[in-house]
Amino acid sequence: MSDLSSINEQMRSLLARTARGRSEFEDLVVVPVFAVVVALIFGMLVMLATGVDIATIGKSFVALAKGSLGSVNALSETLTAAIPLVLAGLGLGLGFRAGLFNIGAEGQVLLGGTAAVIFGFTFHSLPFAVLMPLSLLAGAIVGGLYAAIAGALKAATGAHEVITTIMLNLISFKLLDYLLRQPYIQKEGRADPISKSVPDAAQLPRLLDWLDPNLRLHAGLFVMLAAVVLVWWILFRSKIGFAFRASGENPHAARYAGMKSGLVIVAAMGTAGALAGLAGASQVLGVLGRASPGFSADIGFDAIAVALLGRSHPLGILFAGILFGGLEAGGRQMQVDAGVSIDLIAIIQALIIVFIAAPLLVRAIFPWGFARKSKGGSEV
Amino acid sequence: MTVLSKFATGTGLAAALLAGSVTAASAFTACQVTDTGGIDDAGFNQTAWKGVQDAIEAHGIEGRFLESQAESDYEANLNSLMGGGCDVIVTVGFLMGDATAAAAKANPDQKFSIVDFAYDPAIPNVIGQVFATEQAAFLAGYLAAGMTETGVLGTFGGINIPPVTVFMDGMVHGANYYNEKHGTDVTVLGWNPETKEGLFTGNFDSLDDGRAFAQNLYDEGADIVMPVAGPVGLGSAALADELGTDELKIIGVDADQALTDPEKAHVYLTSVLKRMDSTVQEVIEAAMNDTFEGGVIVGTLENDGVSLAPYHTFEGAVPAELQAELDEIKAGIIDGSIKIGM
Repeated sequence: MSDLSSINEQMRSLLARTARGRSEFEDLVVVPVFAVVVALIFGMLVMLATGVDIATIGKSFVALAKGSLGSVNALSETLTAAIPLVLAGLGLGLGFRAGLFNIGAEGQVLLGGTAAVIFGFTFHSLPFAVLMPLSLLAGAIVGGLYAAIAGALKAATGAHEVITTIMLNLISFKLLDYLLRQPYIQKEGRADPISKSVPDAAQLPRLLDWLDPNLRLHAGLFVMLAAVVLVWWILFRSKIGFAFRASGENPHAARYAGMKSGLVIVAAMGTAGALAGLAGASQVLGVLGRASPGFSADIGFDAIAVALLGRSHPLGILFAGILFGGLEAGGRQMQVDAGVSIDLIAIIQALIIVFIAAPLLVRAIFPWGFARKSKGGSEV
Repeated sequence: MTVLSKFATGTGLAAALLAGSVTAASAFTACQVTDTGGIDDAGFNQTAWKGVQDAIEAHGIEGRFLESQAESDYEANLNSLMGGGCDVIVTVGFLMGDATAAAAKANPDQKFSIVDFAYDPAIPNVIGQVFATEQAAFLAGYLAAGMTETGVLGTFGGINIPPVTVFMDGMVHGANYYNEKHGTDVTVLGWNPETKEGLFTGNFDSLDDGRAFAQNLYDEGADIVMPVAGPVGLGSAALADELGTDELKIIGVDADQALTDPEKAHVYLTSVLKRMDSTVQEVIEAAMNDTFEGGVIVGTLENDGVSLAPYHTFEGAVPAELQAELDEIKAGIIDGSIKIGM
C-alpha cells in the first residue's frame, strides 16, 4: 500500500508540474490586476504632481467609474470602444503565440476598414443580409492580405516582421490619403480626403437605439464574441493552432517535427491581419460610417497593449479590451466632470503596460499577492 | 509647460464652477468640443475656448470642454455631453460638421453651434459661425509681399478643407495684388488657388511636421511663412526662433500668436485673426437671452470678425507707406471696391 501512495504522490507532483495551476493563475490574473491598481495609484500621483487638488482627483476617479460603468450609456460606450480593441488584440495575441511581434495592426485596421467602406458603397443595392457580412469579410480579407505581405517577406527572406510591419503602417497611412482623394472613393463635393458614406444596408445595426438614439453599441459586439471563441478554438483545439504555438515556443523543434515554418508564418500573420481588418471594418460599419485619414485612432497600437495585458489569451484579451474601452469612455467623463485632461488616461494605460512588462516589479510591490518560493525553488 | 497650462485651465475652471455656484442664479452651462489640436493649441481651439471663458467672466455661467483625440472621437464626445447639463454645445471645426448635424437632428431640443461650418439648408437648432478669413489673409499676403527680402513667401496647411485653404487663398491673392501694384514678382510657395493643390501636413497636431515643412519652404528661399494648421505652426515658430527673424518670419493664424505663444513672440510678423472668441460669446449670449435662432454668423473685416494683429516687435520695421497702402486696401475690401481673387 505504501508503494501505491508514493506512486500517487509522484503522479500528483508530475501532474502539478504540467498543469502549472497557481503560477499560471498568478501570471494571467494577479499580475494584470495589480498592474492596473498600481497604474491608477501612479496616475493619482501624476495628478498631484501637476497641481491638481485632492478633491478634484477624487472627483475624477468617481467620474472615471461613472463614465465607464455607471449608466447604460457608459456601458454602451465602454463596449463600443472595446470591440475594435478586442478584435485587433486577438489578432496580435495570436501572432505573439506564434512568435510574431506584429506592430502592423494599425495599417491593417486602416486598409481593412477602407476596403469595407469601398465594398459597402460599391454594392449598395445588395440587401442587408448579404451586404453587411460581405463588407465585414472584405475588411478581413484585405487586412489579412496586407499582413501576409510581412509574413511572406519573413518566410522568404527572413526580413524581421517588426521592421516590415512598421514600414507597412507608414505605407498604409499615405495609401489611405491617396485613396481617399480618388474621385470614385471621395465624398462628392469635398476637397479633403474623406470617403463616401457607408449605405444603411452595410451598417452593423445599433443594438440599443430603441432605448435611446444616442446609444452607439452595435452588432460588432457579436462579431467580437464570436472572434474570441474562434481564436480560442484555433489556438487550442485546431491543428494549425498547435503549429502556431509550437513554432512560437521553439521554431527549430517545430521544423524538425515536420511543420512547414514558412507556411505557418504566413498563415499566422494572415489570420492576425484578418482580425485587425475586421476591427477596422466593424469600426467603420458600426461607428464611423465612413473612412477618413486616421480613422483608426491608434486602435492598432492600443491593441498591442490589450494583447499584452491579456497575456495573448483570448479570454484575457476580451477582459483587457473591455478595461481599455472603459478607460476610454471613463476618461471622457473625467474630462467633462473634473476638467482633468484626457491625456492622463494615456499615462495610466502606459503605466499598466510598464507593470505588465515588469512582473517582478509588481511582485516586489505586492509580495503578499503571490505564493512564496520555497528554498528548493518549487512552488509551495 | 503645455500640460501644466492645461491643468491650470482645469483648476481655473473648477474655481469658476465654484464661483458660479456661489452667485447661484446661473445654472447656465456652455459646453465645447475641441478639434484634435487640443484646448491649448495657442490658436484655433484656444481662441474658441476663450469665447466660453469670456462668457464665464462676464455672466458667471459654467463652462466645460472636451478634447477630441481623433476624428473618431467627435460623435462619442458629443454623446457624453448629451445627458442634459449643457444649455448650448459649441463644436469647433469644419471636420465636426457631420457629427454635429447628426447630433442636432437626433436632439432637436438641444442648442448647438459650430465654428467653421454653415448648413444649407439651416438646421433650426444650430448656429454656424463662419468667417471671411480671406479678407484678413489678403492683408497679410500684401504685408508679407512688401516685407520679403528674397521675393519668396511660403504657406502650408493642415488638411485641404475650405476653412484652412481660405487663409492660403487670401495670402496668395494679397501677394499677387502687391505684384500688380508695384510691378514686383513675389511668389508664394505651397498653394495654388486655381488647382486647389498645395502643401499639407495631413494633421493638426504634429509640431515636428510644422518644423519640417517650414524648413523645406525656407530651403526653397521663403523668408516669411504662414502655417495654417493650428498648433503645427508652433513648430515652424521654433525653427524661425533658431534661424533668427532675419532669415525667417512667421505669420500666425486664428489668434494673435505673439500673445498666445509668448516665448516665440518675436518671430511673428503679424497674425491673421479669426475672432471665434467673440462669435462663440455671441452665441452663448443668444442662448442665454432666448434669442437663439438657427442660421449663420459671418465674421468679416467690417465687423472685426477677422482682422490683422498688431506687429508687436516688427512695429518699427513696417514702412509707413506700406501701412498706408494696407489701410487703404482694408477700406477698399470693406466698401467692396477691391474684390479678392478677381
